[in-house]
Amino acid sequence: MATIASDLPRDGVVADRGTLAPASPNPPDLAARLEDIWKETPGVRGWFSTVDHKVIGIRYMITAFVFLLVGGLEALTMRVQLAQPDARVLTPEQYNQLFSMHGVTMIFLYALPMLSGFSNYLWPLLLGSRDMAFPRLNALSYWLFLAAGVFLYISFPLGAAPDGGWFDYVPNAGREYSPGPNIDVYALGLIFLGISTTVGSANFVVTLLRMRAPGLSINRLPIIVWGTLTASVANLFAVPAVSLACLMLWLDRNYGTNFFHVQGGGQPLLWQHLFWMFGHPWVYAIVLPAMGLVSDALPVHCRRPLVGYTPVAMGTVFTMVIGFGVWLHHMFASGIPVLALSFFSAASFIITIPSAIAVFAWIATIHTGRVKFTVPFLYFAGFVLLFVMGGVSGILTASLALDWQLTDTYFVVAHLHYVLLGINVFPVIGAIYHWFPKMTGRMLPERLGRWTFATMFIGFNLAFFPMHWLGLTGMPRRVWTYGAQMGWGTANLIVSIGAFLFALGFVLFLLNLWQGLRRGAIAGPNPWDAPTLEWSMSSPPPLYNYAVIPIVASRHPLWEDRLDEVGDRTTFDRGFLLDNGKETLGVSPLDGEPAVILKMPQDSLLPVSLAIALLVLFCALLVHQALLAGIALLALLVVLVMWFQPHPSPIESERVRMYE
Amino acid sequence: MSEARTLDATLPVHGQGRIGTPWWGMLCLIATEGILFAYLIFAYAYLGSQGAGDWPPGGAPALKLALPATVLLVGSSFVLEWGKRAARAGRLAHSRWAVGITLLMGAAFAALEFREWTNKPFSLSSDSYGSIYFLLTGTHLAHVVIGLIGLAVMFAWGLAGKLGQGHEQHRALITLYWHFVDVVWLFVFVTVYLSPRLT
Repeated sequence: MATIASDLPRDGVVADRGTLAPASPNPPDLAARLEDIWKETPGVRGWFSTVDHKVIGIRYMITAFVFLLVGGLEALTMRVQLAQPDARVLTPEQYNQLFSMHGVTMIFLYALPMLSGFSNYLWPLLLGSRDMAFPRLNALSYWLFLAAGVFLYISFPLGAAPDGGWFDYVPNAGREYSPGPNIDVYALGLIFLGISTTVGSANFVVTLLRMRAPGLSINRLPIIVWGTLTASVANLFAVPAVSLACLMLWLDRNYGTNFFHVQGGGQPLLWQHLFWMFGHPWVYAIVLPAMGLVSDALPVHCRRPLVGYTPVAMGTVFTMVIGFGVWLHHMFASGIPVLALSFFSAASFIITIPSAIAVFAWIATIHTGRVKFTVPFLYFAGFVLLFVMGGVSGILTASLALDWQLTDTYFVVAHLHYVLLGINVFPVIGAIYHWFPKMTGRMLPERLGRWTFATMFIGFNLAFFPMHWLGLTGMPRRVWTYGAQMGWGTANLIVSIGAFLFALGFVLFLLNLWQGLRRGAIAGPNPWDAPTLEWSMSSPPPLYNYAVIPIVASRHPLWEDRLDEVGDRTTFDRGFLLDNGKETLGVSPLDGEPAVILKMPQDSLLPVSLAIALLVLFCALLVHQALLAGIALLALLVVLVMWFQPHPSPIESERVRMYE
Repeated sequence: MSEARTLDATLPVHGQGRIGTPWWGMLCLIATEGILFAYLIFAYAYLGSQGAGDWPPGGAPALKLALPATVLLVGSSFVLEWGKRAARAGRLAHSRWAVGITLLMGAAFAALEFREWTNKPFSLSSDSYGSIYFLLTGTHLAHVVIGLIGLAVMFAWGLAGKLGQGHEQHRALITLYWHFVDVVWLFVFVTVYLSPRLT
């Protein structure tokens, strides 16, 4: 397939981008009318009541980024302790809490929420809609995420944070070995966060089914949509496992039940099964959308469509399907019969195939494209490299024999950081450089951006590559210190230096963001000359996204002429107007035919109220205040009744407003 | 020059049943709650199959209360479905009756279940069977209670004249949820009461 004849200058951006008109029309009279319909309450109240997916998306990202920084500071503290043998900077108790909160923060409070933020922001723009299917639920999932994050940190200042690792194995996490409130915070906190994940996921699923522009059939969806959809469906099926496990643990610890107590007929391994039935799909849920970000953004900087769209999209789904059948590979060393282990080992090898397809698709895209060495491109190319390295160490641990040697060593720590930072953090930072112009209307300065990338990439490899060697020589993970005679001192010092260099990269990144916000070049609607729908409008987009809902005819609406695609062209200047109140178009789930007019809710304080009621409820459960819990439940009920309040005068149907 | 025009053609607003978005949201809720019961039943089977000793420890539980409770709960689904269809045909009073009767039948189920709980010689904390028995049936009972609260609110709205014929979506959603609660009970019933009789 042809590459895009590029009219981009060498810095990779359109020269007169500030003055170009967006492809999607927004005539002033319509704009004023729609602006008036879609505007939200200003001020402090509006801050709490907004239901705009763009605001919520950016909030998700900022909150998740703050958690990333917090988790990073925890990691740096640990690296100070581990920089030399026999150090006494931290006590073992403090160290346990730090590595547990580091894991919980990064995996639960950063990795998925960051991607949910991107998807929240991008989905309606990519799908040609005006908002998500359930705007108030969208606000709710954000407030619940924030509240659950605060809850998980509630005991941190008291020195009683969760200390059982992010997967919190029993019996270590039981009352006998962990009598404090630490693990109760973990168990209740994950149930709490699970509610946020569930409502968010349901919203994505229904949004995909109902909120597409006419003509946006499933073979035209951007890969990020495939990634987030797959992750969301998986979350609906996986999150209940960990919520149940945490409920059982909390009951075991507080009400003497016997789910995990051997003396009472319980099974400690039941925790591991339930946790990893959730945990492994979750690992894919936090990488597939990030891979989607790359699959959509990388080709823009290679000036050609993605190679192998269909295999990559199918591979995304296929990965998740197998992802539900590999959980036992986290439990290879737990004494399960060899036949079962062999099956799960085989499945773990198979799951590398769709990932390899994606990797080859990206490499082919780079190889056959006309690469612009922009900052996003650097991050995406770095990501491909790190993904390969993390993937190779993953294949090693999929082997039973090797895993028995490597499990619970620093080799696994190296592997999981290559995978999670490689496939989540690097794409996310690259995607911020790519979509920052859309979100703010300004470009991020490239020069500092290159320095940022170089610092992060070198720091990352310096920090995590030597861990492979440490693991092979037998250094166990989660140890608070090690003796000088083990010979691990030098490697650990290098790791710690690398960690601080990596952190410096984040300082530069923050500076870069500040630079961009203050005096970045004006971006215009489509600074990268990209093909997808979100670039068809002004940057930042208007409140209502599309004044006229487009009619989509291909996978690359803004490249159709230059790709010489045969057949229809995407229509921007004619289509559904829908300005009879705050409304948008709903389509039939499969064929995407216009089916209904959806009246969108006004901004509302109900979501934040519901989140506060739940926060009070979980705090009451934590400290066993039955009365307070009862009051919170009552408040919850009142909010829900108001939420579902029937409309006093429902309308059957409405005449369609078109722009043509 | 393009301009805004109003067509003669109309589209439904929100739409009822399957063409409305809430219907799909409820299906997502049912999917995730349904899988929660699958994990609960997995835990029941895991604890039963991996432990030593009898499972259930005192033999299969009696059907004396559970069987009538099952009939009541499943029967209530039919009543509510009839009520939903009555409302669609314009018979709102019949629909209110159906909601009221469903409420009573559901409450009777909860009462029978509660009675059975108090009769049990074991407790939540006595052994792993007690723990999973109460957690499994308790999770289900919690879903019944949530459904009952929803039905009670619907009933009150109906009496206050807030639910008209145009509010089919409200009736459709609560009916769908109630069907789910009833169907999932059949799985719980088979697991707790029937599966021990198979061995």
